[in-house]
Amino acid sequence: MKILVPVKRVVDYNVKVRVKNDQSGIELDNVKMSMNPFDEIAVEEALRLKEKGIASEVIAISIGVTQVQETIRNALAMGADSGIFVEVKDTLEPLTVAKIIASIAKKENIDLMILGKQAIDDDMNATGQMISALLNWPQATFASKVEITDKIAKVSREVDGGTENIEITLPAVITTDLRLNEPRYASLPNIMKAKKKTINEIKIDDLKIDITQKLETLKVEEPSKREAGIMVKTVKELFDKLQNEAKVI
Amino acid sequence: MAYKSPIEDTQFILENLLPPHNKLDNSTIYAVLEEAGKLADNFLAPLNHFGDKNNPILRQDHEVETPKGFSNAFSEIAKGGWIGVASDANYEGMGLPLRMGAAINEYWHGANMSFSLCSLLTQGLIDAFTLIGTEEEKKLYLPKFNSGIWTGTMNLTENQSGTDLATIRTKAEYDGKNWRIRGQKIYITYGEHDMSENIIHLVLARAEGAPEGIKGISTFIVPKFLKNKDGKYTKRNDLKCVSIEHKMGIKASPTAVMLYGEEEGAIGYMLGEEGRGIEYMFIMMNRARFDVGLQGMAISEAARQKALEYANMRIQGTPINREKGTPIIGHGDIKRLLLSMRSLTEAMRALILVSSEIMERSHNGDTNASLQEAFLIPIIKGWSTELAQEITSNGVQIHGGMGFIEETGAAQYMRDARILPIYEGTNAIQANDFMFRKTLRDNGEAAKLFLTQMNLDCNDNPQITKMIKLTSSTLDYILNNRDDQELLSCICFDYLMGFGYLVGGWLMHKAKIKANIKLSNNPKNEIFLKSKIVSADFYNLHILPRISTHLEIVKNGANIVKLTKDSYI
Ligand SMILES: Cc1cc2nc3c(=O)[nH]c(=O)nc-3n(C[C@H](O)[C@H](O)[C@H](O)COP(=O)(O)OP(=O)(O)OC[C@H]3O[C@@H](n4cnc5c(N)ncnc54)[C@H](O)[C@@H]3O)c2cc1C
Repeated sequence: MKILVPVKRVVDYNVKVRVKNDQSGIELDNVKMSMNPFDEIAVEEALRLKEKGIASEVIAISIGVTQVQETIRNALAMGADSGIFVEVKDTLEPLTVAKIIASIAKKENIDLMILGKQAIDDDMNATGQMISALLNWPQATFASKVEITDKIAKVSREVDGGTENIEITLPAVITTDLRLNEPRYASLPNIMKAKKKTINEIKIDDLKIDITQKLETLKVEEPSKREAGIMVKTVKELFDKLQNEAKVI
Repeated sequence: MAYKSPIEDTQFILENLLPPHNKLDNSTIYAVLEEAGKLADNFLAPLNHFGDKNNPILRQDHEVETPKGFSNAFSEIAKGGWIGVASDANYEGMGLPLRMGAAINEYWHGANMSFSLCSLLTQGLIDAFTLIGTEEEKKLYLPKFNSGIWTGTMNLTENQSGTDLATIRTKAEYDGKNWRIRGQKIYITYGEHDMSENIIHLVLARAEGAPEGIKGISTFIVPKFLKNKDGKYTKRNDLKCVSIEHKMGIKASPTAVMLYGEEEGAIGYMLGEEGRGIEYMFIMMNRARFDVGLQGMAISEAARQKALEYANMRIQGTPINREKGTPIIGHGDIKRLLLSMRSLTEAMRALILVSSEIMERSHNGDTNASLQEAFLIPIIKGWSTELAQEITSNGVQIHGGMGFIEETGAAQYMRDARILPIYEGTNAIQANDFMFRKTLRDNGEAAKLFLTQMNLDCNDNPQITKMIKLTSSTLDYILNNRDDQELLSCICFDYLMGFGYLVGGWLMHKAKIKANIKLSNNPKNEIFLKSKIVSADFYNLHILPRISTHLEIVKNGANIVKLTKDSYI
């Protein structure tokens, strides 16, 4: 069984993001970038499936500027077998990413795709679902537990009310939630081995995919600052404010 | 914000101040530093303050429990292959060059020095076995050390034998089959603990019939567990930890009093040849002293980060010409303190990493490099650990009253740092070594070579060239007084410090040149490069002048010390 794990290079979760002066996006210069934490969980899950003998191969894929290869290297250092790099210099939106990944999944005869439920930079929570639709594969999003026997994946999903247990048939798409596992640290031997593993570069033109953007970013702004609170004297006053000022009840 | 491994500066120094290594490209360097940094920041740093408060416990059965979480963290480090980072790949080490070992060790010690002493000592034993062990010993011990399944200790000190090891009394008797060790050792770091399956003690002892003094001392391998009939190492040797010390700092690291041979005698195996124990210690000493200097640099960085964070947060008084509400970092004097912490720490880091590359060449048989290594070691150990006192103390100062309160952790750095000028040869011994062995023994040749090189590299920096001249003339003074050892022993400390500051200035100057070149190429890390230049300029103006003070003391201050009778002190 072959697993494909898409990994995204995002602003490190420790960094406090800043909006660019021209409001066209967020500041990426002088900023530490890392693998999206949900994707680390995805890589970990794939590796565990391989270690259990369920998967035979784990491939990490990333799409974007040259530097995303570092993120692929991270996945290789954790233990993935090989990588695929698709160079795209423009801003990417979920649908384009989904199309690229779907077409590569077909080419590579992938049986299972595990990816983060969302990326911490734009919190879109869309790519996994779109891939599933494009490939017409079943999906299990927000996974907190995965068990695979034969061609069936039993997945526990984190939903508002608790956990939902579902079964899907492979090939399928699984997106990871935080509780699924705790990703490993790459060992020193594996970091050194990762240098020798191959990252195949695929030209975007060869995929014959329309990558024109459908989304336009108008403006990026800092969230509005929280204003100081006030103390209300009575419940009646509170009720009044909620009803008439905040208009929430 | 907790401790963050200073990857950017490590990388800058490795890439710009060291010649490249054929096994390492920049992306590999980065990947390795990055992952080590994650482990240090996420695993070791959170245990630092905890271990200071929850110290190891000696149980009735003489076993020692380390603070909760230590054992787990150790196995994480060990499992990742980090202990054997720079050791021989033929024995399951990672075989990376020493510079990477040094770079990574900074992060371990910066995050948690008490914890990291265990791997530091184990690396010391890796060195010992690599240099002196037989093939059989290497095959047995090195893979165990590299994987952290076994750890090691150094047993030199006894009650009457600290700085002067010639008086060691621990005995070794040959019973026809084995050496039996009997005696008591004190202050043994990680002499007993629960982080590894076995503990291998290297013990200095006197074989029966051996002569008095240094020449009678040999080194013995004394394992906690010996091999049983089933091939497993489960047979308890006759040794035990009889107490652990209550200390001022590095409280989480167990400092043990070890008793050998209370009953039938602890079984030991002689390492190398009889009577060469002290000589072997000297071989290993360079690396051990290098590591202690590195600890001084690492803990300074940690103290600096904590102070900087506090200075950015604490609001007190409106700094001159600043808006109301500006935190204390806006006060001129706080800025000065922070800048001196930064520039001194960066100078130490440069010294450590540049020296690690010299040591790589020296280990490969380059005699010129060996000379440089020998010259630099007392500076690395002595100068860096002295600076660590100043820097960690300034860290407390920046916190004001909060610095004196244990809760912030600033005080812990200061207490932890205090051991550094003491162990691995007190700084007095470093200063003696620097004066008598490293300077006088070769008639100041090595010192002069360094001065010439610095002069070449810094000819466009008038502050440094001035100090080089001053050091040169001080060196002449020393050489002229070479016959009065007592006189020189009174000021060797200042000579060491003066030379240390000069070497630091030289490396900061080189760093500045590189940073300027990078800045002209539209770099992504502009803030870092500009700070580097500030650090170097600050060093020139605030730190270099210290050299003249120290050297003036060398030239004028010896006699008052030498001639004063003890009763006047
Ligand atoms: C926390 C801790 C951990 C340690 N870990 C280990 C360990 O793992 N293994 C081990 O074997 N030892 C260990 N030691 C011992 C340590 O190395 C010694 O304490 C140190 O070498 C100093 O020896 P001493 O304590 O006997 O002091 P002394 O030798 O009595 O020194 C007292 C003072 O006299 C000065 N002095 C002595 N001789 C001279 C001289 N010739 N010239 C000028 N000044 C001199 C010293 O600088 C010092 O200031 C440890 C000590 C501590 C406190």
